[in-house]
Amino acid sequence: MISKRIIPCLDVRDGRVVKGVHFEGLRDVSSPVELGAYYSENGADELVFYDITASAEGRGLFIECLREVARTIFIPLTVGGGINTLDDFDRVLKCGADKVSVNSGALRNPGLIDEAAKRYGSQCVVLSADVKRVNGSYHVFARGGREDTGREALSWLREGIGRGAGEIVLNSMDTDGVKEGFDLPMLRDVCAFSSVPVIASGGAGKAEDFVTLFRECPRADAGLAASIFHFGEVTIPEVKRLLRENGIPVREVI
Amino acid sequence: MIAIVDYGVGNLFSLRSSFAFIGREARVTGSREEILAADRVILPGVGAFGDAADKLRQTGLDQAVLEAARRGRPLLGICLGMQLLFEEGEEFGLHPGLGLIPGRVVSMRPAVPDSLKLPQIGWNGLHLMKNHPLFRDVREGDQVYFVHSFYGTDCEDSLLATTEYGAQITAAVGRGRVMGCQFHPEKSGKVGLRILKAFAETEDFTC
Repeated sequence: MISKRIIPCLDVRDGRVVKGVHFEGLRDVSSPVELGAYYSENGADELVFYDITASAEGRGLFIECLREVARTIFIPLTVGGGINTLDDFDRVLKCGADKVSVNSGALRNPGLIDEAAKRYGSQCVVLSADVKRVNGSYHVFARGGREDTGREALSWLREGIGRGAGEIVLNSMDTDGVKEGFDLPMLRDVCAFSSVPVIASGGAGKAEDFVTLFRECPRADAGLAASIFHFGEVTIPEVKRLLRENGIPVREVI
Repeated sequence: MIAIVDYGVGNLFSLRSSFAFIGREARVTGSREEILAADRVILPGVGAFGDAADKLRQTGLDQAVLEAARRGRPLLGICLGMQLLFEEGEEFGLHPGLGLIPGRVVSMRPAVPDSLKLPQIGWNGLHLMKNHPLFRDVREGDQVYFVHSFYGTDCEDSLLATTEYGAQITAAVGRGRVMGCQFHPEKSGKVGLRILKAFAETEDFTC
């Protein structure tokens, strides 16, 4: 049986992990290579790196560290942030990324999804969406959640899948940072029609939240979190142990 | 030296990196000479069967791979590269493969129930069918990373491992020194590296 995936997400600025914290045995908490290796050794099923750099120089540093990560870590790597063109896909895929996550770039130019899926295959194209309830309907936000596009989220995700996105990362802005669990109603609404894997994001505060996620929304394929893992509040082995005890299939940490 | 066949399909960075990590020299190459000079050959691949089979033929590297296999060089196909080892594939029409493994490559529907998504993306367990050297350091149930919608079938005699995804799905095949993995060993953590190491080191691939 296929396992539910647990995915830590690392924000990287100028080649350094933002919000890096101290783990035992970790010399440099801001090193994407060291933190990535730590997670890989400790049960992460996949890693997501978001490049939140603004400058071209910082982009170069990100590429450097991505290449180093891909030389030493042998689990799937997803890269997002500042992906606007096929050249951006090319840039990160050449350095060892397996999947590329598009968000604002695809909202500006939806054809990017088609072109990327055609050139690299759907398995390579992850559509990430920041979604928030506005006046009783789901709206997609662009630019890291700063700009309401006014676009209805479910229709946007449907369109993205139709254009060839191979996976969805659904980030609920309503539960993000609240740490009281994933946005189950929103996830259910998306899982109801999605023919591709759905990765839940936003709201994980404790290990039990992952159990609730997969129990209440069995069609969700993965849970993604950043701060709770980075701050060591919850560890991935702990999450997986609890999931296994609750009969939810996970990959053994070896 | 291990040759990773470069025919313009797929991302070969991680494959080369994983061999470097286990201390084996691997070269990404589109040269017939280099492929035939190599001790072992990896046939990678992602995308659609027909496109990849065409590219392999257009580059003439299909003949290099067949010749390497004929000379008894250990050959490992990965993901679509495994599927290309079969006789034919039914993705967007019927396309001939290399014919090194008897069998066909078909859609996982209707074998997989509609309640399960296709492609299968993620970690799934291996059910080992034979005591094959490729899996000498792998235990029953160890998980590896899959991304695929098609699978090899009618290949009972070559079946080395399956995985359960609503049905028993071909996960690895082997016939003499020709082997294939549907999953990505280069993306399967420690388990994957063990499989690549076994491929790189084994002299006798008989079960």
